[in-house]
Amino acid sequence: MPRVTADRERCLGAGQCAYSAPDVFDQDDDGLVTVLDPAPPRHRLASLRQAADLCPSGAVRLEEAAETP
Amino acid sequence: MPTAPPGSPSLLAFPQPRTCPHQPPPGYDALRGQGPLAKVALYDGRDVWLVTGYAEARALLSDPRLSSDRTRPGFPVLAPRFRASVARKLPLIAQDPPVHDVHRRLLNPEFSLKHVRAMRPQVQEIVDRFIDRMLEKGPPSDLVADFAVPVTSLVVSRLLGVPVEDQSFFQDATSRLMRATEAGPSQQAGGELAAYLDRLVTRLRTEPGDGVLGRLASQEVEEGRLPHDELVQIALVLLVAGHETTASMIALGTIALLEHPERLAELRADPDVLPGVVEELLRLLAVTDLAGSRVAVEDIAIAGHTIRAGDGVLVSGTLANRDPDVHADPDVFDPKRAGRSHLTFGYGIHQCLGQNLARLELELAFRSLFTRIPTLRLTVPAAELPVRGTDTGTIQSADHLPVTW
Ligand code: HEM
Ligand code: SF4
Repeated sequence: MPRVTADRERCLGAGQCAYSAPDVFDQDDDGLVTVLDPAPPRHRLASLRQAADLCPSGAVRLEEAAETP
Repeated sequence: MPTAPPGSPSLLAFPQPRTCPHQPPPGYDALRGQGPLAKVALYDGRDVWLVTGYAEARALLSDPRLSSDRTRPGFPVLAPRFRASVARKLPLIAQDPPVHDVHRRLLNPEFSLKHVRAMRPQVQEIVDRFIDRMLEKGPPSDLVADFAVPVTSLVVSRLLGVPVEDQSFFQDATSRLMRATEAGPSQQAGGELAAYLDRLVTRLRTEPGDGVLGRLASQEVEEGRLPHDELVQIALVLLVAGHETTASMIALGTIALLEHPERLAELRADPDVLPGVVEELLRLLAVTDLAGSRVAVEDIAIAGHTIRAGDGVLVSGTLANRDPDVHADPDVFDPKRAGRSHLTFGYGIHQCLGQNLARLELELAFRSLFTRIPTLRLTVPAAELPVRGTDTGTIQSADHLPVTW
């Protein structure tokens, strides 16, 4: 299962992640990223890759083949 | 093709003149296929880097060894009229971390996707108001003066929290500010707006108010966390960065759509294609032309070149958006391209704060224009519209756009 993390220290609130994968990322009242689902299903990979690729600050990290616990 | 100033005889001059407001300057053809970085010559005879490859542009725009601080020696100046502004410490756009990040975090709440989506009814109401007026007064109409400029000015004024009774002053001064071809009157309007925003911030420190200024004046300034003058400067940056760019996109996007009737028909038939259309217009029009201007503070090795500390670096949104390694047939208008792989809003920590709002404005503007005025058309061929000279910088725009229906 893919794993996602988002670094709120680096986030600058552009919202590319929440746009690309709205079921996985959100922005809180300060406009900063929050992860709704840290272990999203594999079929969401395309949108997760887009989120990681578009994030302008490198805050979104995607591990595509994380071990299933 | 215009030649470079003396001292660098073989380099392309930058900015390059346009012949059509919504097409890249013809001189850029010489840079295509020449690798991801080139040297170009500025009006003052300096050589600077022009980055044209998408991957290299993203790498450099997220590289902390490049600075946005215009007061640093070596920061590229594009035309004599920008000499004066070099000395200014503009918040956000011209500041490096850590100050940049402090300001950006103060502003983020109003610009998040959620917050902007909640502004949709307000923006729709503004768009409809000016289409109503066009339909009452016209045809004909000037799509820039009667629609693009007032809509985007009113949206910025709502965002800032300009009170209703001041909105006609604000509309008038912002539209004078926008006429970049008239340097004197434009500067005068800038002065009036700065003085006005100064008074407004003073008022909003103690009186209740809306928008970004209402919140930041009463909380951050009044409680001593943000200097008064910094908030005034932030307001000016939001205004300057958000108004002309979006108004230009509406005007130039309308021209581009009218030149692709088959795309326009698809858009009318299925409004769901609109976000893709807007993204593709953003990619091809890249109204600021540059996705960023920087100066190197350390040596940077990239793509076989070394950018030396002190070198100026310009990132070409226009050419990076047409990088054939990223987009097949990059000059073709194809709204079905997936994703947002363009640098029209820049990249890295300075990536456009207002991009979600700009996308919303563009979607609602194009949808409403073309559904409410289905026979909208230009009264002169686009190629005959005046283009802005290179002395006004790189932002491209139509100063007037005569239309009928
Ligand atoms: C289609 C319209 C727009 C375009 C093409 C555009 C383009 C850009 C670009 C290329 C940058 C990056 C500059 C750099 O890295 O040096 C930028 C930054 C910025 N934009 Fe926009 N912009 C648009 C609309 C807006 C709107 C509507 C607003 C706000 C109301 C806005 C506010 C800003 C601000 C404050 C920055 C500086 C951000 C920072 O330095 O952190 N822009 N914009
Ligand atoms: S895309 Fe990156 S910078 Fe933007 S909100 Fe998401 S995590 Fe933050």
